[in-house]
Amino acid sequence: MAKEKKEAIFAPTGLKNSNNGKIDKSVDLPDVTKKKHDDLGLSDEDVVKMFELMYLQRRFEERAMQMYQKGKFGGFLHLYIGQEAVSTGTVFALNDDDDIITAYRDHGWGLVRGVTAKEGMAELYGKVTGCSKGKGGSMHFAKAENHFWGGYGIVGGHIPIGGGIAFANKYKENDRVTACFLGDGAVDQGSLHETLNMSQLWKLPCIYVVENNGYSMGTAASRHTVGEIHERAKGYGMKSAVFNGMDAFTVYENMKEISDDVRKEGLPYFVEVRTYRYRGHSMSDPGTYRTKEELQEYQKIDPIERMKSYLLDEKIIKQDKIDEIQDGIEDEVLEAIDFAEESDFPDDDALYEDMFTGTPYIHDKQ
Amino acid sequence: MAELQFREAIREAIDEEMSQDENIFIMGEEVAEYDGAYKVTEGLLDKYGLKRVIDTPISELGFAGIGVGAAMNGLRPIVEFMTWNFAVLAADQILNHASKVKYMLGGQVSVPIVFRGPNASAGQLGATHSVAYDSMYAQFPGLAVIYPSEPDDAKGLLKSAIRNDDPVIFMESEQMYGLKGEVSEEDDYTIEIGKAKVKREGDDVTVVATGKMYHIAKQAANQLAKDDVEVELIDPRTIKPFDIETVIKSVKKTNRCVIVDEAHPFGGMASEAGFLIQREAFDYLDAPVQRVTLPDVSAPFSKKLFDLWLPDAKQVIDAVNAVTYRN
Ligand SMILES: Cc1ncc(C[n+]2csc(CCOP(=O)(O)OP(=O)(O)O)c2C)c(N)n1
Ligand SMILES: [Mg+2]
Repeated sequence: MAKEKKEAIFAPTGLKNSNNGKIDKSVDLPDVTKKKHDDLGLSDEDVVKMFELMYLQRRFEERAMQMYQKGKFGGFLHLYIGQEAVSTGTVFALNDDDDIITAYRDHGWGLVRGVTAKEGMAELYGKVTGCSKGKGGSMHFAKAENHFWGGYGIVGGHIPIGGGIAFANKYKENDRVTACFLGDGAVDQGSLHETLNMSQLWKLPCIYVVENNGYSMGTAASRHTVGEIHERAKGYGMKSAVFNGMDAFTVYENMKEISDDVRKEGLPYFVEVRTYRYRGHSMSDPGTYRTKEELQEYQKIDPIERMKSYLLDEKIIKQDKIDEIQDGIEDEVLEAIDFAEESDFPDDDALYEDMFTGTPYIHDKQ
Repeated sequence: MAELQFREAIREAIDEEMSQDENIFIMGEEVAEYDGAYKVTEGLLDKYGLKRVIDTPISELGFAGIGVGAAMNGLRPIVEFMTWNFAVLAADQILNHASKVKYMLGGQVSVPIVFRGPNASAGQLGATHSVAYDSMYAQFPGLAVIYPSEPDDAKGLLKSAIRNDDPVIFMESEQMYGLKGEVSEEDDYTIEIGKAKVKREGDDVTVVATGKMYHIAKQAANQLAKDDVEVELIDPRTIKPFDIETVIKSVKKTNRCVIVDEAHPFGGMASEAGFLIQREAFDYLDAPVQRVTLPDVSAPFSKKLFDLWLPDAKQVIDAVNAVTYRN
């Protein structure tokens, strides 16, 4: 019997063909933790500090965006806005000498791991006072002395490097855990799968965390990857978890449990954190692949607003203290902009510096 | 002649070829629903549908290889890389497979595939997004490498590339996509792969440059003309096969040559062309051949260092002054 032939179609379709105006949320968020901060082992000061850190990330980037739009610096600018609970919950859960590595959406990660607002802003401006001496820019914030190994611009490129940092920690028997963050888009790179296999095989103390923010550039997660991301772990016999990344306590609780387990068992973990990016992929993104309504759904559960309400509801601090913190951070960011503007560009000689640790093997230098 | 942007010229080439041959399809990151990261493929999804305009995950190795397999099995894929800097991940498929399959299997199969996308730097995008890969691919047998500088070249050469029965590396530039130029309206306009074009005639010095560097060289030539130095500007358009005959003919006239190459200095187009010139035209040279390339360091982010890093018209003028003993 002749089958009716349908035209072959390969990639799944998205916005243009489906959704009929309904809000098609790109990531489903699991429930947040019900525990209060003291149940989680966090002090009042910790919670205030968490709020400060999240607010710093937010204002740093909002101001950076303004400066970018004023043409103060060029290059890419991938904003982490919306995802701050992930970085913040994580640094509180990890030990200070545990290692962190991430992709190019890295400003928040730098700021929670000791890149100062000044060093960060100066890096965006390409100044010699930047955390990477102006050599890296937005995509390559780093603070190696604080075990923040930096942001990387090739999607998936840093995943095996995270495994390698964990390898060295196991080799040195130093009990450090590595947390390697990647986007949902990076899940599709072969490097992840090679690294997961070797990590389980070699028992590397590494947590691979997918920050599923719903999109890989203009492509919704459901259009670029199959199944549930966290279930990829099954194929490698690896432990896994999926949790809400719009709430710092939830991130903290889960990352604490997971890092304790990795440290104790000496085995890797694969984690999917569901979150959302409010801004475009980079600065030139028209954002036509999602609706305003969808974005607003997530902004309603903003992690910073949530934390602010918590501080007030639990009477940890009063509104005037919150205002004071916010004003302080605002000043810190504005000072960082002044600092970046006033700092020098690197000397011409710097072009040839930092290529090599030893003898600089530079061909045909003119 | 019609005035088109570079991106439009490329789109026309793809569109015309796709409309003539059902076996041609295009795939890559964001090429379909997003209309292309640089809007090169804008409108093609609407015209050709989901079967032939295909969004891929960020899996360069995978989709490049799927392209190679599909090409072996009778299709004619156009694989777009968001930039050639990301095609590094697909290097195994391009270098170990696309370029070698036919030879390894004693000629039993062909791999008619075009890998295309922007090459080299596009402003301050840092070390991993700024490398010119044309010379690197040219080192491998089995591939043609095209890096045109103007919309007309782009259209004619891309059509030829798509019709070619072997793998072609086709390079563009993020910074040239908006560049306008006259494009032939000739029906079925193609340009033979491997033919340089003398784009400016002059008697004093031969300057060879393609891709983005062609425009730098052109600026330098205009500047030098004010000082009565007449540059003969040759755009090879194709890195491989390299049209050395056209260059030699010019060098025999001008007796001097500067090659501008966007790659790092070691073993690039500049060194290859320089070698061939000394072998074929040694007795005609009045000065050693000079080159302008990137320095042998990675791209810095900082604007100041980046500007120092990227070849500019002044460097070309200095090199011309060196070969004409004007300094
Ligand atoms: C190998 C490679 N391919 C493509 C790109 C271009 N690119 C940069 S970011 C990106 C999307 C990545 O999305 P995701 O991993 O979800 O991270 P997010 O941007 O959401 O943080 C793409 C396609 C790249 N930088 N590297
Ligand atoms: Mg994403």
